[in-house]
Parts: sequence; C-alpha cells; structure tokens
Amino acid sequence: MNRRIRILIAKPGLDGHDRGAKIVARALSEAGMEVIYTGLHQTPERVVSAAVQESVDGIGLSILSGAHMTLIPKVLKLLKDKNSDDIFVFAGGIIPANDILKLKEMGVAEIFTPGAETTDIIDFVHRTVAREIRQ
Amino acid sequence: MFNFPCARWVPRALLRRNATRSNYTVALRDRGAEEQNDEVSGRQEVALVLAERILQGEIRAAARLMRDIDDGFKSAVEELKLLYPHTGNASIIGITGPSGAGKSTLVDQLTALYRRHEKKVGIVAVDPSSTFTGGAILGDRIRMNRHAEDAGVFIRSMATRGNLGGVSRATGDVVNVLDAMGTDVIIIETVGVGQDEIDIARMAHTTVVVMVPGLGDDIQAIKAGILEIGDVFVVNKADRDDADHTVHELTARLEMDPDKDRAWQPKVLKTVASRNIGIEELLGEIEEHGAYLHRSGMIRHLFEEKNARIFLELLKERLFAEVFGHLEVNGRFREIMEEMANRRKDPYSAVEEILAQRFGPLSGGSASESNPPVGARLGEEK
Repeated sequence: MNRRIRILIAKPGLDGHDRGAKIVARALSEAGMEVIYTGLHQTPERVVSAAVQESVDGIGLSILSGAHMTLIPKVLKLLKDKNSDDIFVFAGGIIPANDILKLKEMGVAEIFTPGAETTDIIDFVHRTVAREIRQ
Repeated sequence: MFNFPCARWVPRALLRRNATRSNYTVALRDRGAEEQNDEVSGRQEVALVLAERILQGEIRAAARLMRDIDDGFKSAVEELKLLYPHTGNASIIGITGPSGAGKSTLVDQLTALYRRHEKKVGIVAVDPSSTFTGGAILGDRIRMNRHAEDAGVFIRSMATRGNLGGVSRATGDVVNVLDAMGTDVIIIETVGVGQDEIDIARMAHTTVVVMVPGLGDDIQAIKAGILEIGDVFVVNKADRDDADHTVHELTARLEMDPDKDRAWQPKVLKTVASRNIGIEELLGEIEEHGAYLHRSGMIRHLFEEKNARIFLELLKERLFAEVFGHLEVNGRFREIMEEMANRRKDPYSAVEEILAQRFGPLSGGSASESNPPVGARLGEEK
C-alpha cells in the first residue's frame, strides 16, 4: 500500500517574496505529491500546528529575510515539543554556508540555496521519505 | 549525537524506542507490515491505541488516522469501527461554489464567529488532484491559517485523488473522525463543479452554495444539481456593482425550482467575506436551517438517506472487490474476456454464471423485479 507524499510549504517571517516557495510547491505537486501551501507571514507556531494537523511527511520553509537562525530552530523545537519530530524539515533561501552547517547540526534535513534545481528538491524529498519509511 | 555522517535520522530512531514516545509511534511504523500479515490481535492493538487517543482529543492521532483513511489503509477501517458509536453529534455544513468565489475566506470568517460562540470547529477543505500526476496544491489554508494555533480549530486539506471508492467516502470518514473528537461544527469546503463535489456536499446537514457577481452564464453552467442541493445561497463579493443582478438571477432561478413549495425556502444572502460583512447573517441562516431540520424531523430523514447511501456504496464496493478479486486471481476474468471476444459468451450470462457460482442460484433469474441487483437500487438512491 503506497502512501502519497504530503509536504507543507510555508513562508515564516516577514519577507513577502513567495516566488521560490510557489515554484517549489508547484514542482513537488507535479511530481505527484500533495502540497499544502500556507502562504506568507506564518509564525513557527502556525507552521507546526498546520503540519501536525495535515500529517505531512516534511515541512519546506522558504526564508529570504535573514531570520533563518531564529525561525528554523523555533520550528524544530516546536516539532519536538509536539512529539512530531518524525516530520523532517528542509529549507530554502539566502542562507550563508556557516549557518547551513549549524542548521544541519540542529537537525534540518537539507538546505537549498538560490539556483537549486527543482529536480534536486524532488529527489531529496523522495529519498528522505523512503528513508523514513524504512526506519 | 548529531555528529556522525548521515546521523540526522538516528536520534529519531532512538527517540522512538524511548518510553516517552509510547508504543503509538512504533505501532504506526509497523503498520505496513501488519497490512500483509493478518494478525488480528496486533491490528486491534493499533486500532485501540489510535481510536482511544482520538477520543481523548489528541490531534496527532486524528491526523494520522486521516492519513490512513486517505491512503486507503485497511487498518483505518478497524479504527473507524471503534469511533463510529461516538459520531453523529456534530453539525455538518457544506460550502460549495466555483473557484474564486471566496469560499475559503468565508469559511475563515465563519470559523472566527463560531469560535466567538465557543464552538469547536473542524474544517475539511477538498481540492482536486491533477489527473495527470496525482499531485495537488492544497491552498485553502492560505486564507484560514490564522486559526492554526487555536486548539479549538482543526483544519484538514484533502485532495480528490480519484481512487476507487471515491473521495466522498474518504471525506465522510475524515468527518467522522472530527465528529468523534467532539467537534461541534464541521465545515466541508469543496469546489462545486463535479459529481464528486456534489456527493461530498450531500453529506452536509446544511449546504451553502457560494456565488459571485459577474459569473453570468456560470449559474447556468453549474445549475445541474447545485441549485437543488443549496439550503442557503450566498452572493459573496457583494460590494461589486453587479451583485444585485446576481442576487435577482439566483432568486429567479430558485423560484423556478419545481420543489419550491417545500417547507424550507432557501434564501439568497449577500456577503463580503474579505471585510467580514454579512457573516453573522449567514451564520444565523445556517442555524435557522439547522433548527428547521430538527423541528420538522427532517434531520432523521437526512440521516436515514445518508446511512443508506453509505451502506449501499460500501456493500457494492466490497461485493465487487470480493467477486472480482477472485476472478482476477484464478484467471477466470481473462477467460471470460476471450470468450466474449470471439462471441462465444455474452456478458450477461457471464455475470450470472459468476454470481451463481459465488452465491448459489440467483433468485428469479437475471432481472428479478422483487430483488433488483444492488447496482440498480444504488442508482435509485442517487
């Protein structure tokens, strides 16, 4: 019995640039996934609540405001608090290499920077979900 | 513990074995295996764990069961059996209309108002899947996500998927989960264009049909079925110039309804959902319709009709799976196809033979009037 992959795409924080988030949402849906798109200006609390209610496999966060070191750890912590850290988190945006390392150490599954191919993002989601199911 | 390569997933695996993470997660992970081996005790254990947690109002458990329902897991049925006695208490409201009519915004505002009345609200937002890729972008939360943090609101997005058994039953099952959790009001939002959506709307006690000014001929285009299912009509975006025209057009069409003498006369209301105008009136009208259903006893009739539909659909589906599954496995299906191809067998006799083999001699031959086949009766129901 096959699960259909469900991914939440959210834009936490204050920047209003949602082009990237929309492109990723579109790409994942065209790859056969169900993408729940929450739109702009989401708080980490709302993102995590939505992810739990929608029982998604993963959360994709798009952040271009520079607030990634505040917002992403908050999402990770809330997931843990809600016993839902089996939901993986990936992010996209303008994020410096140093921060990428730190975020990955905190448990972010992957970070995509400008220029990333949508096919890579799709592959990443497939791989990660497959690994989750095996465990 | 995060330091070794590829270790991101290790902590989770460890956590899962921790006492704090209960058997629940482990059981879910093993679910796939249980699908194959038919160990009844194991499956019931899972069912009990999930259903019990749902009855205690645990959102995570409810969300997980909804996913199992959506993915067509057999274990979901066991859990639904346990939840069923706890359903039937929620008011179910269907909101349907063309895309762009402002349904999600309307649902958002209605939800805010219900919350002020201290009602627990569940929202099931159904959007179409792509017929090519099976994927979907479910964007109803864009308008509603301010309620995400509110523990009294549960929003679930569903895609139509187009799988056998139909989206309407999956939706009905999800509604039952919300109902069992003690949700007071459940709003089902659908794009009112196809039969699927109309079937979904028919699960509601009160159906609100949302229109917008300027659609013109669209009222004609979607009139089949949709004007008949509306208990309340809303012209949203009523601050537009041609709103009154749309209201008149709708009113006129409703007056042409051959059933217009029925006890409940649908009204046409005006709203501007984005500015929270007309929402109280809409909620008032929805409650008025609810009161009418109870006063007139129509609610019982509604339940009877709905129960019959669910039972017959399920029976039809299970019977089909039972009979056809067998035919496919033993190769008889292929044989029949060949016999039909060279005109040695007609499909009518083939079906009769198969049914007779499976269930013994049929009562009164092929089209017994006293005992019509399930399919025919189902047709009547629709």
